[in-house]
Amino acid sequence: MKKLANIVLMVLGTLATTAAFSHAFAAQQATGDAATLNLRKGVTDISGQVYDLHMLMFTICVVIAVVVFGAMFISIYLHRRSRGATPATFHENVKVEIAWTVVPFLILIFMAFPAAQTLIAMEDTSEPDMTVLVTGSQWKWHYKYMDSDVSFYSLMATQREQISNRYEKGENYLLEVDRPLVIPTGQKVRFLITSDDVIHSWWVPDFAVKKDANPGFINEAWTKVNEPGLYRGQCAELCGKDHGFMPIVVIAKAPEDFAVWMGEQEKMQREAKAEEQRLLAMSMSMEELMSEGNKVYTATCAACHMPNGEGLKGAFPALKGSKLATEDMQGHIDIVVNGKTGTAMQAFGKMLSLRELAAVITYERNAWGNNTEELVQPKDVNAFIQGQ
Amino acid sequence: MTKPAQMTSHDATLADDTVSHEHHEHHIPKGLMRWVLTTNHKDIGTLYLWFAFIMFLVGGAMAMVIRAELFQPGLQIVEPNFFNQMTTVHGLIMVFGAVMPAFTGLANWLIPMMIGAPDMALPRMNNWSFWILPFAFAILLGSLFMEGGGPAFGWTFYAPLSTTYSNDSTALFVFSVHIMGISSIMGAINVIVTIFNMRAPGMTWMKMPLFVWTWLITAFLLIAVMPVLAGAVTMVLTDKFFGTSFFDAAGGGDPVMFQHIFWFFGHPEVYIMILPAFGIISQIIPTFARKPLFGYASMVYATASIALLSFIVWAHHMFTTGMPVYMEMFFMFATMLISVPTGVKVFNWVATMWRGSMSFEVPMLFALAFIVLFTIGGLSGLMLAITPVDFQYHDTYFVVAHFHYVLVTGAIFSIMAAVYYWVPKWTGRMFNITLAKWHFWCSLVSVNVLFFPMHFVGLAGMPRRIPDYSLQFADFNQWISIGGFAFGLSQLIFLTVVIQACRKQGEPVSDQVWDGAHGLEWEIPSPAPYHTFETPPVVK
Repeated sequence: MKKLANIVLMVLGTLATTAAFSHAFAAQQATGDAATLNLRKGVTDISGQVYDLHMLMFTICVVIAVVVFGAMFISIYLHRRSRGATPATFHENVKVEIAWTVVPFLILIFMAFPAAQTLIAMEDTSEPDMTVLVTGSQWKWHYKYMDSDVSFYSLMATQREQISNRYEKGENYLLEVDRPLVIPTGQKVRFLITSDDVIHSWWVPDFAVKKDANPGFINEAWTKVNEPGLYRGQCAELCGKDHGFMPIVVIAKAPEDFAVWMGEQEKMQREAKAEEQRLLAMSMSMEELMSEGNKVYTATCAACHMPNGEGLKGAFPALKGSKLATEDMQGHIDIVVNGKTGTAMQAFGKMLSLRELAAVITYERNAWGNNTEELVQPKDVNAFIQGQ
Repeated sequence: MTKPAQMTSHDATLADDTVSHEHHEHHIPKGLMRWVLTTNHKDIGTLYLWFAFIMFLVGGAMAMVIRAELFQPGLQIVEPNFFNQMTTVHGLIMVFGAVMPAFTGLANWLIPMMIGAPDMALPRMNNWSFWILPFAFAILLGSLFMEGGGPAFGWTFYAPLSTTYSNDSTALFVFSVHIMGISSIMGAINVIVTIFNMRAPGMTWMKMPLFVWTWLITAFLLIAVMPVLAGAVTMVLTDKFFGTSFFDAAGGGDPVMFQHIFWFFGHPEVYIMILPAFGIISQIIPTFARKPLFGYASMVYATASIALLSFIVWAHHMFTTGMPVYMEMFFMFATMLISVPTGVKVFNWVATMWRGSMSFEVPMLFALAFIVLFTIGGLSGLMLAITPVDFQYHDTYFVVAHFHYVLVTGAIFSIMAAVYYWVPKWTGRMFNITLAKWHFWCSLVSVNVLFFPMHFVGLAGMPRRIPDYSLQFADFNQWISIGGFAFGLSQLIFLTVVIQACRKQGEPVSDQVWDGAHGLEWEIPSPAPYHTFETPPVVK
C-alpha cells in the first residue's frame, strides 16, 4: 500500500508540474508575450541563428533525457523486488559500453558544426558601416559615435521612489533610460566596448550581443538590426552596488530617420557648448544652483554618498559635515573634477557640464546643514580646470 | 601478499593487542577536549560532517535572505550592498564550508573502513586540517560585521571589483580563503597517502570501492588547484594593499588574467564537488539494485578522464570576455567532450539498475533523484558549452539554475544519500525512516519549485546577482522564493533525523545493515567500534 501511495504521489506531482507549465505556456500565447519562458528570437539574422541553435540543443537534450530517464523508469517499474524481480548478475558488456561512448561523440560532432558556423559569423566585426564606443562605469553607460562629435551618458530613468516602493512601478520598471542609444536599421553597427572602472557587460538580448566591458581593454561586437524598434537590455556582469540598476535601451531607426536624429544631436551639442561659453561670463543665483545641483546630485552622486549625504560607513565617505565639503573649496572642486585614483570616486570633469559641476558642488556645500553659504560658479570650475 | 606473513609473527601478541586496545579506549578524554585533541578518523569525520551541516544551515539562511528580497520587485528587506554580501558569502560558505568539508568528513569516516586501514595515514595533520576551518569561517563571517560590510564582489571575486573597488574587509576574505585552502590541501594529502600506503592485503587498485577511487582522483585535483586559488587571492591582496598591478591595466596588468587564473582553479573545483558524489551514488545503486555495479573499470576511467579534461575547459566561464574566436572554439569543443565520460557514468548507473531487484529505501530515493536531477543539470551544462548561445545564457538565471541542479540536487543530494546510507553503521541504529521519507519528498518537490523556473527567467533575460528585477519576472520569482523557503524548512526535518540518530534512538541494526550491501565497512560491527582493522583484513 505504501509503495502504491508513493507511485500515486509521483504521478500526481508530475501531472501538477505539467499542468502548471502548460498553463504558463497557454497564458503566454494568450497575451502574446513571448519573452517569459524561452529565449527570444530577437531582431537580427544572428539572433535568429542563435535561437535556432538553442532550440536544436534543447531538443537534443530533451530526447537524450527521455531515452535515459525512460530506461530508468522502465527499470524502476519492472525490476522491483516488490514485483518479485530476481537480480541478474551481468556487470559489463564491452560492445554496449563502446556504443554509448561513440554515439554521444557523434551527436557532439553533429552539434559542433552549426555552433562553429554561427560563432565565426558573430565574431566577424570587419567592414562596419558605423562604429559606436560603449563605455561602462558605475552605474551608467556612455555612448560615443566615432564618426561624429555626438556622445552622451545614458542613465536609468526609473525613479528611486519606485524602487523603494513609495510610488507604483511603471511598465518598464528598471529597464528605462534617460537617453537611449540610437542606431540605424539595415547597417552593420560595430560596438567598441570598454569600461572606466570595474568590469561591466553590455547585453541586448534581441541582438544576441553580450560582451564584457573591461577597464583598459577594448572589446568588439556588432549587430545589424532588421526592424525599427526599441530594444531593452541590462548590465550582465556584477559591477558593485547598483549592478541591477544600469539598463540599456537601444532604438533602431530607419536610416533616413537616423540621419535626422543625428543632425538634431549635433545641433544640440553645438548649442550646449555655446551656452557653456555664455555662462562663463555671468553668474547663477543660489536658487538656480541649488535646484539644478539637487537634480545632478540625485542622478549622479546619491547612489554612493546617499540622498542624505551620509554615505555608507566603511564603503563611501559622508559629505555631510566633511572637511572637503565645508572648508577646502579647491580640494572639493578637484575631487569632483578629477576623481580620486584607487577608489570608486570617478572623475566627473568629463561627464558633467561646467554648469552641472558648479551646481552640484554648490549643492554639496549647502545641503544637509553644510550651510557654507558659498557659491561655486561655472567660471570658478572653468578657472580650476584651465589652471591645472 | 607478503603482508599476511608479516602479520603472523605478531599473532602471538594479538590477544595483548585486544587488551591494550580496550585499555586505550578508557583514556579517550571526555567532553570538549576529546574533540579538540582527537586524532581518530571517525571523530574527525564526525566533526567535519557537523561543521558542514552547520555551515549548510548558515549559508542556507543567507539564501533565505536573498529569496525574501527577491520575493517581489522593489527593495523591501535589504540594501543592494548587503544583498551582494549575501550572494557572495552564500556562495563561499556553500562551496568551501558545506560541500567540501562534508565530502572530507565522509572520506575520513569511510576510506579507512573501506580499504581496511586502522586510521588515516597522518592523524595529527588530520586534526589540524579540521580545526583551522572554524577559524577561517569565523573570520569570513566576522567580516560581515565590519564597517562597510564583508565581501560583496561575488564568490568569484573578479578584479578590479575585489581590488581597487572593494573595502578593507577584503584582507579578511583573503586570509580566510588561505586557511580554507591549507585545510583542503592537508585533507587531500592525507587521503592520497592513506590510499597509497594503507590498503589491506589484497585490496588491489581495481578492487577499491568507487568512493575511494573518486576521492583519490579528487584529492589530486585539490592538490593541483588549491595553490592556484591561493595565488589568485594573494595577487588580489597585493593589488589592493601593496600597490602591485597584476589585474590593473594602468600598471600593465590585465583584469581578464584574473579570470583565467581563477577559473583554472574554479573548473577543477566544480569537479572536486561532484566526483565524490559519483562515488557515493556508485556505492548506493548496486546495494539497492542487488546487482554489481555495471562497468566498474569504465567508471574509473571515466572519472579520471573527467578530471583530466577539467584542466582544459576553464575559459568556458569566460566566453563573453572577448577571447579570440579560435580560443572560444577550443574551449567549446573541449567542454562538449566532457559530456562523453559523464554520459558513460549515467548510462552505467541505469545499466546497474537494469534487471536488478530494486527496493527504495531512503538512500536509494536520494540516489535516484540525484541521477535524474544531476542529469538535467548536466544537459543544461551541455547547452551552456555552445559558445554562440552561451552569449545569451551567460550571467543569467539559466546559469544559476544549471549550477544549482548540479550542486544542490547533485552534490548535496549525494551527501544526504550518503548520510542515510552509512549513518546506521556509524550509530548502530536505524534512523527514523518516516521522517527521512518526509525529508526526501519535501526536498524533492520544493527543490524543483525552487530551481526549475530559474531556467525560464534566465532564458527570458533576468541577469543573476541583482537585488531587484523588472516586472515581467515577478510571477516566477515568487514561485522560486516559495520553493526556496519550503526547501529551507525541509532541511530542519533532516536536522531532526540526524540529531535523533546521534542520540542513538531507533532500532539496532545488523552488521550488514542493508541486505544488498557489500564491502569491508559492512563486515565490522554496528556501530563501528572506535578502532577498526587494527589487524588488516585480507581481501580475496
